[in-house]
Order: sequence, then structure tokens, then C-alpha cells
Amino acid sequence: MTKMTGAQALIESLERQNVEVIFGILGGAILPVYDVLCGNKKIRHILARHEQGAAHAAEGYARASGRVGVCMSTSGPGATNLVTGIANAYMDSSPIIALTGQVPSSGANTSYMIGRDAFQEADIIGITTPITKYNFQPRNAAEIPTIVNTAFYIASTGRPGPVLIDLPKNVQAQTSEVEVTDRIEARGYKSMIEMDLTKISIAANLLAKAERPIILSGGGIIISNATDELMQISDLLMAPVATTFMGKGSFPEGHPLSVGSIGMHGNPAANRLMGEADVLLAVGTRFSDRATANLDTFASNAKKIHIDVDEAEIGKNVEVDVPLIGDAKAALKLLLTALKDKLHKTESTAWAKRVKEAKEQLSPLLKDRPKDIVPKALLTELRKLLPENAIVTTEVGQNQMWSALYFKALKPRTFISSGGLGTMGFGFPAAIGAKVACPDRPVVDIAGDGSFIMTEQELACSVMEDIPVTVIVLNNSVLGMVAQWQRALYNRRYMAVHLGKTPDFVKLAEAYGAQGFRVTSIEEFQKAVKTALTSKVTTVIDVPIGSEEDVVPFVPPGCGLPQQRGDY
Amino acid sequence: MEVGKTKVISVLVENKPGVLHGVANLFRRRNFNIESITVGPSVQQNTSRMTITVNGDQKTIEQVVKQLAKLIDVLTVQELEQGNFVMRELALIKVNVPSTKERSDIINCVEVFRGRVIDVSTDSLTVEITGIPDKIDAFLNLMKTFGVLELARTGITALARGAKSVRIDE
Repeated sequence: MTKMTGAQALIESLERQNVEVIFGILGGAILPVYDVLCGNKKIRHILARHEQGAAHAAEGYARASGRVGVCMSTSGPGATNLVTGIANAYMDSSPIIALTGQVPSSGANTSYMIGRDAFQEADIIGITTPITKYNFQPRNAAEIPTIVNTAFYIASTGRPGPVLIDLPKNVQAQTSEVEVTDRIEARGYKSMIEMDLTKISIAANLLAKAERPIILSGGGIIISNATDELMQISDLLMAPVATTFMGKGSFPEGHPLSVGSIGMHGNPAANRLMGEADVLLAVGTRFSDRATANLDTFASNAKKIHIDVDEAEIGKNVEVDVPLIGDAKAALKLLLTALKDKLHKTESTAWAKRVKEAKEQLSPLLKDRPKDIVPKALLTELRKLLPENAIVTTEVGQNQMWSALYFKALKPRTFISSGGLGTMGFGFPAAIGAKVACPDRPVVDIAGDGSFIMTEQELACSVMEDIPVTVIVLNNSVLGMVAQWQRALYNRRYMAVHLGKTPDFVKLAEAYGAQGFRVTSIEEFQKAVKTALTSKVTTVIDVPIGSEEDVVPFVPPGCGLPQQRGDY
Repeated sequence: MEVGKTKVISVLVENKPGVLHGVANLFRRRNFNIESITVGPSVQQNTSRMTITVNGDQKTIEQVVKQLAKLIDVLTVQELEQGNFVMRELALIKVNVPSTKERSDIINCVEVFRGRVIDVSTDSLTVEITGIPDKIDAFLNLMKTFGVLELARTGITALARGAKSVRIDE
């Protein structure tokens, strides 16, 4: 036991969790914590310019590194500004800890404020209950170490997710006897359920007999670091691997068995083969509506094996034949052992031929590349300019779907995007977080003009904190994805989608002390990217493109994956 | 019990603030329908038992159970097996008493239903009745002929039959 304040207990506990960075913005109700951070040598504080940016940066850090990201804000509006970032991390199963200040919870009559609608009071516990894995509000300083340990444990194990700790100001300031321990208290939390081995053998039998097996790899493969096992299984089965959007990067997209991502704007080869397969092995995916499209026609010819660490995902959206609850890596290892006894690799099956043919016919990347400055050409070119381990983040909308279609992710944790919540403005702060996690690797945000402007203020953060990233603005002067829907489904009745030529992104970058380029040809694009990659300051590359460019192909709402429309 | 598609779920939770909010919020957020929910301390330390009746098909109930189990403050959750549990509901019913004759009619009914009169005034009677919801519904129907002034029902509380129990390992 040591005498210390709640704020000291918090920072010491964070240090014990090896926290090296906190993204945050301070305010009145979190001042005691910032006072302890002053002069701290172990934890770097990065000052975001909006709390949403801090939360996304923490998530970018977490997803690039596989570690827990930490963000912090004051009470009231500081805390509510974190909410979008917390919801985003919840939907995409990213481990982040959000620390929020809160008005005092007890004290003499005049200083007791919770529940009295005090200045900058918000019920952040109530607000974040449905979008966190768990949240805490310590009642005294002595509770803090156990709460911090438990928060990190819950955030990072099982199906990861955000955990919030709401810190009343009096608890931060209070001095008491505190034991800084490794204790964890979560008796109702089961991070893993014991795996059912009979199901492994049923799954292995089904796969061994399959004539047209296909694998669907989700974000769970990346979270559980199971890429090696996935590659071995696909190789053994000669099964094509489609990914979900969140699974992009879980299987190298240059691999002969890779068929790209499925979904509303998925790769046609992946969407087509999904309907032809006789056994589907789906791992670490929640079968989101954007991935499966109409469920009646989803993999309708296939027996389905579903591996997921979250029991509630089994049978939630898609009825499966073999449910398997467990960690993706552990389950795939067992499955691999079981399969090795049952079959030997054969290369010349009819299915292997069909996969190859489908890829050749339907893969956009193998066709002629246009020389014009269009997204397909730009993103194909970008892949050539970036090293394999470069990290790409995206915003949301057309820029994101073009990236999914045309930018090949070659390694896990190199493609970071807001899949579940679809948060415009996610990519840039996430890129800052990823760069902090991986300072030696290039980090590029593929943005649209509509999205970038939503968190563009973090240019100030990236410049002041020396976190150089590259932002490529595919600038079509329009909120492109909704404009595309208005074009296709609302008879071109454009409403509230045109953004005009404002701002001038080059000048905007310069105003923040970053550098800006505008490029009008592929050659200029190459040059700008090369300059950006060696630059010590954040670079914004403004790429004007046509405002009526569609993302195709497209599965219209209500249709199934095979009813995809549009050519590449 | 199965009234239509109503199922009974027994849940042991941490006995601390915010837990009821978490559970109720889950039902709202996932669009599950709560028919009734009762909460009180359980025999095990720092735990409460929630008895929840839910309306839905088997797939929905399965999701309810799985989603509840995911909540960290939920220690254990189980759907009570059809026909293998006992349950009761308590109702307090304030009945209008138009005349002395009707007063004795009401008291007769109360006796048949093994209820108790717990408050009397010149023109009302308050009756306590326990049983399965069907019994309470039946009694309530009878009372409607006299006029029901006020009604308070607790919702169902239930336990598995015999030695089988929903509890946590200590």
C-alpha cells in the first residue's frame, strides 16, 4: 500500500500495462490526471484537436499494432465527442480504452455534483453502455488499479472491444492508501469457451469430402493473428479464399488462391464463387449485411462451417451446419491437424480450374489498366509505389470501396478502415494512430473530399506532434457514394450531395504547416507520392477526379451476391 | 410456462448499480420484447436473480440467452425448461364495491381463488392474489364485473424444479 492520489494510481496502472501513448484532449474535469502526466517520461500524450480524432487515433494505433489503444477526454462534451470513436471500435472489435473525466461524485454538499446537471456533466456511463464491452466508474482511488487491469483484460481478450473508465474528479484528486496490483476482477466474464473437439472432426470430414470448398476470412483472422494457419488450410484444400471487408489483409491478395472481398461492392470472382461452392468455411466473421447481401441466396449451395470466438454470432445472421466457438488461430490449428490425416494435396481439380478461370474473367486487376486519372488506375499505381508493409487507412464511401476493389492488401494489419459503423472521418486520425504505432512504415489515408473534411483539423495534431502521414484526397467535389445511390436508385434527383470546389486542399494543408500537392496525371501522382513518402511532414495530395464516377460492380439492396451489376 | 410463445429466463447477475440498466438496454437495443422482469437478491453473495419473461420464437430466445451471457455483469443465464420449473406472480387488485351484497360476492370469489383481502374501505376492497398468470387473469376477469380501480402485478418469478438450480460455482 502506498499513499497516492487516484490520478497517480491511474497513471501508474497504465504504465504497468505498458501504455506508451495516450491520444487526448484535456478539460476541467480531467485536470488532476493531466497534472500527473506533466513531466512523465514513459507515457507520451498526443494532443488531438477533437476528441473524435483522439478515439479514432487510438483505434488506428490498436489495429496497426495489435495492442490496446488509449484515448482520454474531459467530462461532458469531451466525453460525448469520443462516442463516435467508441462506437466505431465496438462495431469493428478493436481494443481501446477510453478515459473520461467526470464531475465530482461525492464530497461536501456544494461539491457533490453527479446527477445534479452540473456544468459539463454527461451520463457517459449510460450513453456508452450499448457501445462498450464494459464501462467503469471508480468510487474511490483504491479501486483504480484493479479497474484498469480489468479494463485492459476485457478490452483485449475474447472478441476485443472498447472499455470506458469514467473518473469523477474527486476520485482523481483524492489521496488514499492504494495497492498498485495486477489483480483482475471480472467473475462474469468468459473470454474463451472451451472448444468442442467433436465439431472439429465433423468440420474436417465435411471439408475433406468437399468438391468445391471456399474459405471466407473475416476480421477475426487478423485479430487472432491466424494468417499462417489460414494459408496452410487453403493450400491443403486448394480452396479459394474470399475475405470480408474487415478481413482484407488476412490473406495476401496477390496469392493465386485469393479471390478478393465479397459484398455489395465485392470482387465479382469472390461473389460468384461463393454461390458455386459446396462447403463454406467461414472464420472470424459476423456475416454483416453488406458482406452477404440477400441471405436467401448467400452461399446457398454450401454446407456452412462457422468459427467465431463470440458465441452470439453463431446463428445470428446465417444458419450454419457446423458451429465452432473458439479462437480462430486455435481452431484452425486443430482443423489443420485433423485435415492432414484425411487428405493429400491435389492441384488439378476441376474446382481449382474453375477458380483460376473465374479470377481471370472477373478480376479487375488483371484487365487492362486505364491511363486516365481514375480511381482504379490511381490505386493500382499506389500499390506499386508502396512497400508491402505500408499501412493504408481509408475514409468511408466511394474512396473506401475503390480501395477494397483495387488496392491489394498483402499483409494483416496493413488495411485499416471503418467497416461496421462506416464512419466518415475515421481514416485520417486512424492513420495518425497507426503511424505512432509503426513510425518506420509509410502510412497513407485514402480519402474522399467529403470524408477528409470531417476530421481535417487533425492536420494540426500531425504537424505539431511530428507524425507525418500521407492523405490522398480522391476529390470529386461530391459526397460520391450517396450521389451514386441518388443516381442509380432515385432517378438522379441530387439532393445535398454537391460540395463544390471548396476548400482548396493544397492551401488547407499549407495553412496547417503541412505540404500539399495537386496532381492531374498519373505521372504527377507518382511523383507526389514518392515525395510524400520521404517527407518529414504530413502531405495532402489532392487528386481531382470526375464527379460521376461510380463504384461498380454493385449488388442493389435486397438482391443476392450473384445479382451483382456493372462492369469493371 | 408457455402462453403463446412466452419463455422464462433465469439470470444471476452482479448485485451492483447499473446492471438492470445494462440488461434492459440490451433488450431495447436488440429489439427483444420483455413481457416482465423481476429482480431481487439471490441466496449467493453479491448476486441478484432476474426472472425475465420474453416473447419470441426459439431463434430469438437463443439470441437473448447468448447476448445476455455476453454481458459481463451477467454471471449465468438459463432458459427454464418447459414444464420443469415453478413460477408465481403476485397481484394487488383494488376492486370497486357498489353495495354490501357485492362485497360478499367479491369475498366469495377471493376465497375460491385462495386470495386475501388486505384492505377494506366503505366502497373498495384490496385483494392480494398469487399464482400463475392465467389464474390472475381469470380472477381479474371476474373482478371486472364489479369494476377494477387499480392493479399492480409483479410479473413472474420462477425457479427450476427439484435439486436442479441456476447458480454460480463458488
